[in-house]
Amino acid sequence: MASISPDAAKKAPPPVIAARQVVKHYGRVHAVDGVDLDIEPGELFGLIGHNGAGKSTLFKMMLGLIPPTSGEIRIAGTAVTGRGFRAVRRRVGYLPENVVLYDNLTGLETLQFFARLKGVAYSDCPAALEHVGLTHAAKRRVREFSKGMRQRLGFAQALLGKPQILFLDEPTNGLDPEAIREFYAILRGLRAEGVTVVLTSHILSEIQERVDRLAIMATGKIRAVGTVQALREQMDLPLWIDVRIAPPDFEAVRAVLGQLPVSAIEAHDEHVSVRCARDAKMPVIEALATLDGRVLDLHVREPSLEDVFFGFSD
Amino acid sequence: MEIAQVATIAGKEFWDRIRNRWVLAVALVFTVFALAIAYFGGAQQGAVGFRSIEFTIASLVSLVIYLIPLIALVLGFDAIVGERERGSLDLLLSMPITRFELLLGKYLGLAGALAFSTVAGFGLVALVLATQLEFNALLHYFGFMLSSVLLGMAFLSLAVMVSVFAADRTRASGMAIALWFFFVLVFDLLLLGALVVTSGQYGGEIFPYLLLANPADVFRILNIFALEDVRTLYGLATVFPAALAEPWLLGLVMLGWIAAPLAIATWRFRK
Repeated sequence: MASISPDAAKKAPPPVIAARQVVKHYGRVHAVDGVDLDIEPGELFGLIGHNGAGKSTLFKMMLGLIPPTSGEIRIAGTAVTGRGFRAVRRRVGYLPENVVLYDNLTGLETLQFFARLKGVAYSDCPAALEHVGLTHAAKRRVREFSKGMRQRLGFAQALLGKPQILFLDEPTNGLDPEAIREFYAILRGLRAEGVTVVLTSHILSEIQERVDRLAIMATGKIRAVGTVQALREQMDLPLWIDVRIAPPDFEAVRAVLGQLPVSAIEAHDEHVSVRCARDAKMPVIEALATLDGRVLDLHVREPSLEDVFFGFSD
Repeated sequence: MEIAQVATIAGKEFWDRIRNRWVLAVALVFTVFALAIAYFGGAQQGAVGFRSIEFTIASLVSLVIYLIPLIALVLGFDAIVGERERGSLDLLLSMPITRFELLLGKYLGLAGALAFSTVAGFGLVALVLATQLEFNALLHYFGFMLSSVLLGMAFLSLAVMVSVFAADRTRASGMAIALWFFFVLVFDLLLLGALVVTSGQYGGEIFPYLLLANPADVFRILNIFALEDVRTLYGLATVFPAALAEPWLLGLVMLGWIAAPLAIATWRFRK
């Protein structure tokens, strides 16, 4: 690999997806209302929002399926509509939400149909089926597929032609927990190859530990963008510390906790849960450490993405 | 435009109709009707058996003018709205394909299926009758087949236009049936009514041209002007001036009826 000069290393690579002041009006409804967003190459990016928040509309504009009322979206430096659209589309894989594929085709025929449209060789199709664990269903008709199998087939379709950017709308809908784990394992593999992945989900707990960054959307605007950790810090939501105490020392420890900068104490059996601000976390833990031996165990509960999310969208 | 993309979409539509035996079923319907008309069409007059190609074609025209528009409208009304409703339209449009290529591919694939059924269904009858027909009669019969294909193409074009405009499949089917009622049943009655109400004083000259505003009438004129014996059997179309009844001219009008709804559909689909 060529050596990188210090200047170049400092400079961030150009965003693979760049949205500038994107607006979409449907009559009086402002579905998307001035969105600026940069998604970096090789990122696993989550787009979160309630139904009607505008994320599907933004998604469709990124894909060039609907034109923005104003503003511009570029993918790898090229406008998504207009002359360069075919080149852009060939670099993109898309899994729509709740897609119903063609019942009368087999798994393999479905992929072959989309392969032809994408200009991908038929010989790539069996590998795509294998990638999502559907080799056994290559010759079965989609009519007989379960919901999860249909979703996997849709994902295989999105992977055809090794796209550099994947748009996945609620990709884990209908997948069981095991399949969801496999799905994210595939995404991690793709990210390792430098593929940029943008996905939406309403199951926040599922994606919060899995995406690199996420954007929270509400009423057509991006309310916050960043890593889960950065968003938590930005919100400065209180966290909980669960403490397990040996029963004879219960009251003594409670008294110590009562003198600390905590906002709530809940006691049940031999557990005490303490709520405190983020900057009080270390002082509380240090105070507990001085109670040598009387604290049996300690567990810090960070605010969940739901807390962060509802904090921003309220 | 990339022909390969059009061909991919068209190929899928065509083979879907072959695989689900749609083409076979429609071809059989045509064959059975055509044979029944050819051999039993004169039964009212007490004669059973093949009489003449003129009367056979005249009877077939009366049948086909109802049947083919209906089949074409049913075939095409959900071409786009069906994809939209199942959620696969966005996926198709995210491919490296333009909206026009998608629409044209849909149309050509369905048109191929309809044309294949028409030619196979009526062609089989031509083979059966071939031994009893002169060359000229066969020519007439092929003219009938060709015009039937054009009639199907025109109504299929209308159907695809409906499939772009309609918000859902239910409305699309309603619009398709309404078009069938209008062009096949109501249109001639309206013209006749207008002629009677005005006592033929107004619009006598433009009246023949108004017939061109209905692909079903164009089909009728195309066929009956080739058949001297039966021309008088047809009410309205007989007022059509012979000078305009050139097959190539009427063929062009039919092509216009294929192109115009597709053009409107493309305009709307791109919006």
